[in-house]
Amino acid sequence: MKILEGSRAIAETINNIGPEVVSAYPITPQTHIVEDLAKLKADGLADYEYVRAESEFAAISIVEGAAAMGVRTYTATSSQGLLLMTEVLFNVAGMRLPMVLTCANRAVSAPINIWNDQQDAVTMRDSGWLMWFGEDNQEVCDLHILAYKVAEKLALPVMVNLDGFVLTHVVEPVEIESPAKIKKFLPRYKPQAVLDVKKPLTFGAFATPAHYFEIRQELHDDIVSSQKVIKSEMKKFKEIFGRQLGLIEYYGDKNAEIVIVAMGSVIGTIKDVADKLKKFGKKIGVLKVVSLRPFPDEEIIKALIKAKNIAVIDKSVSLGTEGILATEIRRALYGDKKKVVSYVMGLGGRDITEKMIEGIYSGIKKENKKVVLAGK
Amino acid sequence: MPQKSKYKAPLAHLVNPGHSACAGCGMIIASRLVLDAAGKNTIVTNATGCSEVTTTQYPMTAFKIPWIHSLFENPASLASGISAVLRKRGQEDKINVIAIGGDGATFDIGLGNISGMWERGDNVLYVCYDNEAYQNTGYQSSGATPLNAHTTTTPAGTKSFGSQLPKKNMIEIALAHNLPYVATATVGYPLDVIDKVKKTLAIKGPKYLQIYCPCVPGWGIEPKDTVKVSKLAVNSGFYPIVEFINGQLARKMTISKQEPVENFLKIQKRFKHLFASPGGQKEIARLQVIADYNIKKFGLI
Repeated sequence: MKILEGSRAIAETINNIGPEVVSAYPITPQTHIVEDLAKLKADGLADYEYVRAESEFAAISIVEGAAAMGVRTYTATSSQGLLLMTEVLFNVAGMRLPMVLTCANRAVSAPINIWNDQQDAVTMRDSGWLMWFGEDNQEVCDLHILAYKVAEKLALPVMVNLDGFVLTHVVEPVEIESPAKIKKFLPRYKPQAVLDVKKPLTFGAFATPAHYFEIRQELHDDIVSSQKVIKSEMKKFKEIFGRQLGLIEYYGDKNAEIVIVAMGSVIGTIKDVADKLKKFGKKIGVLKVVSLRPFPDEEIIKALIKAKNIAVIDKSVSLGTEGILATEIRRALYGDKKKVVSYVMGLGGRDITEKMIEGIYSGIKKENKKVVLAGK
Repeated sequence: MPQKSKYKAPLAHLVNPGHSACAGCGMIIASRLVLDAAGKNTIVTNATGCSEVTTTQYPMTAFKIPWIHSLFENPASLASGISAVLRKRGQEDKINVIAIGGDGATFDIGLGNISGMWERGDNVLYVCYDNEAYQNTGYQSSGATPLNAHTTTTPAGTKSFGSQLPKKNMIEIALAHNLPYVATATVGYPLDVIDKVKKTLAIKGPKYLQIYCPCVPGWGIEPKDTVKVSKLAVNSGFYPIVEFINGQLARKMTISKQEPVENFLKIQKRFKHLFASPGGQKEIARLQVIADYNIKKFGLI
């Protein structure tokens, strides 16, 4: 166990995973991760090629080229950088190139704002990437190890998200797994199709209406069925590393009628509130959604079976409608008579306090709006 | 004894028949010349455009080399990633990496990515198939479109002679990156293309080759005139064929007798408006000035 900054923990974990090509472009709050990876290389402690990119668009394109050669790659970004990568993100998924990207979640412009929310990542939910959100730095590091395993097994790219500053710049104890132990879980990558002069293949052909549909459908089906593989890999992960990961995690009273749903580091605050309320004999459940893609409908339905009033906290908003996780929860629960209220909070780094969570607990039954933008 | 043909069997090329390029397409000629000259130990990254659309309609491919297309603007970045892997494997000197884009991908949308690749010094040859407009989408003007050319976004009309901007000088941009090799060529002179590809691939580092490729429908020429119009472009001085090694002009294609630029213009529909109105003669004279300037600048006569 080491006590270190979140970004450093990710960088060390990535180095121990052993990508062959790393390419990145600096953006707050992702910077410490890519600085640490550069320093590890400069100090002779890393084997990867570190390619300095002239933009995030180039960075993801560089690792895309390397991934097509059949090697493990890594890149990281935030906010505007992720948006600039958009076109390539969709392309990488469509090409079925396994890849892992860290997004240090940050608000998007305008107004320009460097602080944390999750608008950047959730906006990419239709890109074909598996998208996971960590609650603390241990979970974030673990999700990276799992991400490579799942990506390489299913030929799907994975985006691991962590709240910018709240996690990237926070110092806490993290178990940094050794290369040897990681290798037990994540063996040498054996790609299925690569750019090879001995066996020439064409990548990125264009598809007419006669073929495009089935190729996209296959991608969709594979993302839906990835849940099974992810869960079985989580089991193996537990056997080797001793920590339980999940697509979701339910915390608190199993019979609670009020359940708060969220993603990322705010879960810590909500758990604290739940513990506090428990002392006063009040029942509250906390549902952490780790995996936005694939979206574990069945597990969520099961976890919310006893819930009557569901508050979904989003650090993002699909402008003009509601929080994006809220929409997903409503869809999963469609036909059920449960009350779901979308609470949009924490935009642009606004603190989500315990008092605000307590306010949701005490107010949701009487809340008559479907969507509440709760800045204070 | 049967004489050995100097022509390869159609399937012996690295770009195979069955592609859907137009008859007389300059780009597909360039593609075949470049890949045959580069040989089988070559990985290609290709921008979106005719060079991709005509060759790789799923589930078919015209290519017999490993080939990847991702997007319009990123073949240079993909090539950097591939180059990084080859560097790590110690295969940099054994396998060629060629990034290919049309003039839209090169002069316009992908320019930043090309600049990044060149600055990094990656061992990649970037080849531009220059047909002077976005021909794949229906002849819209690009940064490579010459002055006074009619395109669908710079149409000639009663108030316009077509494109009002001169062609962007990509050669100077390439030279500003201190590349060890920068050259132009044209499908009008195929042996020169082959020679340049072989020569440049023997040089380690980032390289740029810009190949002038007439577009039959976009330029409004007869399929039989692809070579003719290429030669007229060269021999009028309108498209100088030059080669720079380490920033110095090392070779140039000289002209024995300068063709008037008018002879180059009049067989192309994209310039026909210049011959249809009295003011057109003045515009032709402006284009002649450009050709004469090139001849003087590079000492082509």
